[in-house]
Amino acid sequence: MTAVAERRGAAGGGSGGTGPARRGTPGRAGARAAAGAGRVLRGLGAPGVLAALAVLWMAVAVVRPDVLAPGDPNAIDARAAFTPPGPGHWFGTDESGRDVYTRVVHGAAASLGIGAAATAIGVGAGLVLGFAAGLGPRWLDAAIGRVLEVLFALPTLVLALLLVAVLGAGVEASVLAVGAATAPGYARMLRARVRSVATSGYVEAARLEGHGSPTVLLRHVVPNTLWPLVSVATLGIGQAVVWVCALSFLGLGTLPPSPEWGAMLNAGRVYIDTAWWLTVFPGLAITVTAAALTVLGRRVGAVAS
Amino acid sequence: MRAVAPVGRAVRRPWLRWLLARLGSAALVAWVVATVVFFALRAAGGDPTEAILGGPGSQAGPEAVAAARAQYGLDQPLVVQYLVQLWRVATFDLGDSYARRVPVSDLLAEQLPGTMLLAVLALALAWLLALAVATLAVRATGPVGRACAAALRGAEVVAAVLPHFWLGAVLIVVFSSTLGWFPATSSGTDPVGLVLPTVTLAVPVAGFLGQVMRDSLEEAAAAPFATSARARGASPVGVLWRHTLRHGVLPAVSLSGWAFGSLLSGAVVVETLFGRPGLGRLLLDATMQRDVPVVVGAVVVVALAYVVVMLLVDVAERLLDPRLRGAAEVPALVGGAVRAAGAGEPAVLG
Repeated sequence: MTAVAERRGAAGGGSGGTGPARRGTPGRAGARAAAGAGRVLRGLGAPGVLAALAVLWMAVAVVRPDVLAPGDPNAIDARAAFTPPGPGHWFGTDESGRDVYTRVVHGAAASLGIGAAATAIGVGAGLVLGFAAGLGPRWLDAAIGRVLEVLFALPTLVLALLLVAVLGAGVEASVLAVGAATAPGYARMLRARVRSVATSGYVEAARLEGHGSPTVLLRHVVPNTLWPLVSVATLGIGQAVVWVCALSFLGLGTLPPSPEWGAMLNAGRVYIDTAWWLTVFPGLAITVTAAALTVLGRRVGAVAS
Repeated sequence: MRAVAPVGRAVRRPWLRWLLARLGSAALVAWVVATVVFFALRAAGGDPTEAILGGPGSQAGPEAVAAARAQYGLDQPLVVQYLVQLWRVATFDLGDSYARRVPVSDLLAEQLPGTMLLAVLALALAWLLALAVATLAVRATGPVGRACAAALRGAEVVAAVLPHFWLGAVLIVVFSSTLGWFPATSSGTDPVGLVLPTVTLAVPVAGFLGQVMRDSLEEAAAAPFATSARARGASPVGVLWRHTLRHGVLPAVSLSGWAFGSLLSGAVVVETLFGRPGLGRLLLDATMQRDVPVVVGAVVVVALAYVVVMLLVDVAERLLDPRLRGAAEVPALVGGAVRAAGAGEPAVLG
């Protein structure tokens, strides 16, 4: 039951119905595509559409930043230092006269890339631990459970700080630290999910039909465990961007003069009394990213179920 | 449950058994955390003698290095050093800071109260905000009311993802640089200086708690016990106060332990941003200087604070929810965290 419903959700929400439309006549294909798009839009709702637009903007900023901001993010113009936001410099300029808007656009690739990499590490470690605890022998489950419980006693940033202390400050260290600090959350979620799928009716039915353990695992347990992960990982990238930028803000991640958003905040913090735009706009980019990915992740989750 | 409990003085009293389990879990957490932190920091390389003698650039002679190693016990084998550290954690004598040359326990005693005050104030403010928004949203009627409720819902989602470093910066720009109402830097218990850091910490937590609270309040308002209370002629406020609110705040109570942890995460950022001394700043500085005794001490204190808060959460849950009161089972190691997993806790946590 659940599996069927989830498959349908995937077909309706994910592909947007463009697959079948391609095979029809042009007019009908257009109508079907429009109907499919309409269904997706209705599924997303107004906040979801806004979030999708924001994510689209960021995707363009990552792939082709020059389309949104043609200038050089590191171009120094000492005469234009500390220009407040206005025509010509929408987000103002920094202490070296660099355009803040151009730097925010060009910093998207670094910030989102680091956030996505940290999420991949967190989800990867969570997958290993979650599946091992969910499907492994009881002693392994108990051992992993104990370790996770101790890790939960340490707040994410404290855990990340510890890892940075071990690995030394830097981009790679901050990615690893945030990935490892978020892994316990994923592991716990996945363990619960694996458990509930492995003991569900359709898995039992597949076993009764005589399918071997590897088949059941690959055909039923893995897909039904991983599908909810799409929504959770989308949410997670937004959170990871915030944590990674927090480390950069504290001076432990990416360092200025990189246009990574946390590093921009770190550099602009000194001038907060005189040049508010140096902290407010990069921080706005982080906040919009986190909010958009959260709304989108939840929508995807809601459509899926 | 009681019938199958083994004989023993502690077991016959559920609360005592519960307390012992909690103390045991606290000791286990402290031991694991101290062990992991000690070996991780020592394995990371970097000679602690450098931290003692003033950082990597120090020009200390070999005699000074040898003297410092002997003074801090660094000439002993690593296992001996570990056992010494562990004994110190167990006896609450955490040794001397490498960088500051004062006892770690003095440093912690100095920095802990400010951070705890900040965290407790922020948690209280977050609860007030979340409760106000959730009850308003649930009670909203009519097109205008429902539009406001939808707007509040959106505000909660955005509030929950607000990064501390950005919210704090915006508050400084608006209320300090522009309006001049509150100072941008503060220390101690100065009430005016506490306002901006507290609000910065409270708003994201309020967003999370508000969402959870609204969901469970709506669920409670539709539950049979609420319908029967209304059928008996109770006023809407009476139903809310006597029946649905108690039910509605339960998941938020469970989540408060996690919320407290996220406040301590936030304290590192907020104390840096507002230039406040505190546990977060101490941990950050010690991390950068590889001041092992201070990092061990601060992290153990943070972990123990979490265990204590979880204990309080457990007590509060039992007071609020009569269904839990008869239950004498030993809670899981850090019980609330496990239970919250099923209680709509956001999957990705701070």
